Amino acid sequence: MKRSVAPLFWLPFGAGGMLSALIGPALVLITGLMAPTGTGLAPGFMSFARASAFARHPLGKLILFGVIALFLWHGAERIYLTLRDMRAAGKLALMWVCYGTAGALTFVTAAALVIIGF
Amino acid sequence: MSRARPYLRPAEPLWWAHPPYLAYTLREATGLAVAGYAVVLLAGLIGLASGESAYAAWLNFLKSPWSLALHLLFLTGMIAHVWTWFQIMPKTMPRLVIGRRVLPQRWITAAGLAVAMASLIIVLLVAVWTQP
Repeated sequence: MKRSVAPLFWLPFGAGGMLSALIGPALVLITGLMAPTGTGLAPGFMSFARASAFARHPLGKLILFGVIALFLWHGAERIYLTLRDMRAAGKLALMWVCYGTAGALTFVTAAALVIIGF
Repeated sequence: MSRARPYLRPAEPLWWAHPPYLAYTLREATGLAVAGYAVVLLAGLIGLASGESAYAAWLNFLKSPWSLALHLLFLTGMIAHVWTWFQIMPKTMPRLVIGRRVLPQRWITAAGLAVAMASLIIVLLVAVWTQP
């Protein structure tokens, strides 16, 4: 019997879903609304120096990679399943587009973290 | 020789845009907010890797009304995701038996939402305390 590959995608879907349920709204509030408008946070909250130091630290790297990659794979799984149910295109084409985008962007995330240095 | 083709029940093409399936479509659409926010963060990370001016351009984008509107949309999607995620959780996990009673699903939902609220406050407090 041919084995399904679906369970492979459930783990990052579930991990990303739980992580975004716990810290997603707070992160959007902080980086997208509070820091840019200077509401409740200092103007230099996301300055180049601070952001670089965060991205150079091993724990910062882990957080950035975990958040970006898991959020991407969570979203990719939901978009893939919904488009498949909508019969927007063939199953294989949708898998390539959704998982392919998530995979490529995961690679870019890792590459950017390496370029930023340690 | 022709391969057997499975029977596909004819479905209205826009079934997902009408109740009761609309709730499902909207829930799954929260994935766009989660992935979209990841893309914005990744853009900042690429800016950080490219140098100070590229990163400044990203910070400027964050200050634009387009970005603020986009993040309000992300926030709405994220909150809907939190809400629905913990509605689904008791349905997808093994039953919790405490003593001889099965823990009611709504208790698990309530506990999940409480943990999510606590972690929201903790992350906000960490951000405020560690600011320069």
